[in-house]
Amino acid sequence: MSAIESTPKTLFEKVWQQHLVAEPAGEPSIFYIDLHLVHEVTSPQAFDGLRLAGRKLRRPDRTLATVDHNVPTTSAQDRLVIADQISAKQVNALRKNCAEFGIEFFDVQDASQGIVHMIGPELGATKPGMTIVCGDSHTSTHGAFGALAFGIGTSEVEHVMATQTLPQSKPKTFRITVDGELPFGVAAKDIILDIIGRIGTDGATGYVVEYAGSAIRALSMEGRMTICNMSIEAGARAGMIAPDETTFAYLKGRRFCPQGAAWDEAVAHWRTLPSHADAKFDRELHVDAAALAPSVTWGTSPGMTTTINATVPTLADAKTEADRKSFERAYEYMALKPGMPIEEIKIDTVFLGSCTNGRIEDLRAAASVVKGHHVAAKMRALVVPGSQAVKRQAESEGLDAIFKTAGFEWREPGCSMCLGMNPDILQPGERCASTSNRNFEGRQGRGGRTHLVSPEMAAVAAITGHFTDIRKWKLNDSKEAK
Amino acid sequence: MKPINILTSTAVPLPFPNVDTDQIIPKQFLKRIERTGYGEFLFFDWRYDLDTPDHVEERKDFVLNKPEYKGAEILIAEKNFGCGSSREHAAWALHQYGFLAVIAPSFADIFFSNAGKNGMILVRLSEADVQTLMERSTANPAHKITINLEAQTVVDDQGFSSTFEVDPFRKYCLLNGLDDIGLTLRHESELDAFESKHNEEFWSAPKAS
Repeated sequence: MSAIESTPKTLFEKVWQQHLVAEPAGEPSIFYIDLHLVHEVTSPQAFDGLRLAGRKLRRPDRTLATVDHNVPTTSAQDRLVIADQISAKQVNALRKNCAEFGIEFFDVQDASQGIVHMIGPELGATKPGMTIVCGDSHTSTHGAFGALAFGIGTSEVEHVMATQTLPQSKPKTFRITVDGELPFGVAAKDIILDIIGRIGTDGATGYVVEYAGSAIRALSMEGRMTICNMSIEAGARAGMIAPDETTFAYLKGRRFCPQGAAWDEAVAHWRTLPSHADAKFDRELHVDAAALAPSVTWGTSPGMTTTINATVPTLADAKTEADRKSFERAYEYMALKPGMPIEEIKIDTVFLGSCTNGRIEDLRAAASVVKGHHVAAKMRALVVPGSQAVKRQAESEGLDAIFKTAGFEWREPGCSMCLGMNPDILQPGERCASTSNRNFEGRQGRGGRTHLVSPEMAAVAAITGHFTDIRKWKLNDSKEAK
Repeated sequence: MKPINILTSTAVPLPFPNVDTDQIIPKQFLKRIERTGYGEFLFFDWRYDLDTPDHVEERKDFVLNKPEYKGAEILIAEKNFGCGSSREHAAWALHQYGFLAVIAPSFADIFFSNAGKNGMILVRLSEADVQTLMERSTANPAHKITINLEAQTVVDDQGFSSTFEVDPFRKYCLLNGLDDIGLTLRHESELDAFESKHNEEFWSAPKAS
């Protein structure tokens, strides 16, 4: 074995090396893609490109498609006949393209339909050691399984369709170690919001992040997906978590997973993937889980994060001139005053869902908070399960009834108000506690104001009408129950 | 993709950090299935008045609407330009509006790649250099900047001069107007060989075989 071969490798480096098709001198490497996920918004121009060039889809068997971004969530009927003609045209285009190119397609009412980043894992199509791309920046979600997964633009979508590869330059590696026990009332969402707040929205640009440490290992797959999902919000190319028993237990028996002896062989391979104890990372960050508190974003960038018991930062908290300018714009757009307690911010809308927090565990956590309560007066509260599978599971557990009794709307699966491409949008000036991933200006609707929080924090805010410390609230709630 | 090398133009200053792709092209324009026609929607929410029912009233205070900045082919931005969503519509909107280059201290990864694939030059300069150019274009809309991709230089009509880094392969593609798919297909035999053994070695089939 040569010195280079014996160098201890990171999880990322192993997956990277196993997918190099060619390394032409002076050019990016030709990098193999195991799974290409396709949705309606970023694919039509790529299919057109293939047709124009007379090219075939190289591997239909490595391609899966669904509709999620602009499907209505109000009723099955509204989804089958989409009123918005431009959305309907885009959904139809994907339907036709999948038929023409032989791609398995999960249509609006298919039992496996859902947000594209929900259904990959649910089907067992997302597995450790794979490379996964999609024309969507939250493809980083799949890294929770130890896959190398990243978002791409439409030119790259076409490139993958034609060649099943992408030209790629090797990113740098960044390990974020989160050790310790998460305090009561603190969720995976709070870990990732805290990290983005620390390093900024460009803090991981150029890096693939590996999340490690005891707090990460203790998370369920749902929690790990929440963390990897928002890697892009720190600018990371991808986020990854080493596969372990939790990963294997989640995947076993899923539709696209191997079975019997083949399953055992796959697991044996997956066990070789975690980073070597002596592997070197280009950058390291340590986070103490025990010191974390429930997070709330106050501004118009996911890096503008604080905690529930804090106040809106003042200009004195801005580290640079650029931050100062961003803070001033954010105060104005968000209609907040520096120094205002976060708990005094009143909200009128709650959105529970998205590829960040639209999973069964998220809905269970929120339901446990709202059970026996009712949303505040004039509150508009939506629960949008991330997928048909999550919706079915939640209904079988009676979560839909808990939400509906509490005054929430129970919707059909899709991206919904995370980005408001469908009719679920905020009106100008409305203020939303959202479990989604971006609080950019106008993200949930022009003039709408978004605060990112965990599912439990969104649920309690729906009840009280303002941001509320879930830790205190839960303690009081359990005392009252006695 | 059209080849690009030397670009001399006035520039539009956009002095905000972390301009995300939701601002560059808001979601409602992502429903279209065409590849063209995005330029008129560039920076839509900043460019048009929120209070008019059909949203077509131009906001006089937004830089793109000022007549003295019309026709500029260079955009000057602050750090982390193009962060957020992977939507290539952002690159299409900038390019189709008429921008052939963006100068900033840093760019988000996916946007950087998308812009390059659409024949745009993205120039990373130091924060101080960007500030200098930003101030000059703000003070004087007729301020002209020349970007030379071949030489990897940026100069202006007031004596500014700097160099920038560019990936040699990206530079070669931009200079020659080459698209990536054709270049990758030069490696088709290696790809065939790779595929014939990849699954068995690494359990990488998306579906159970």
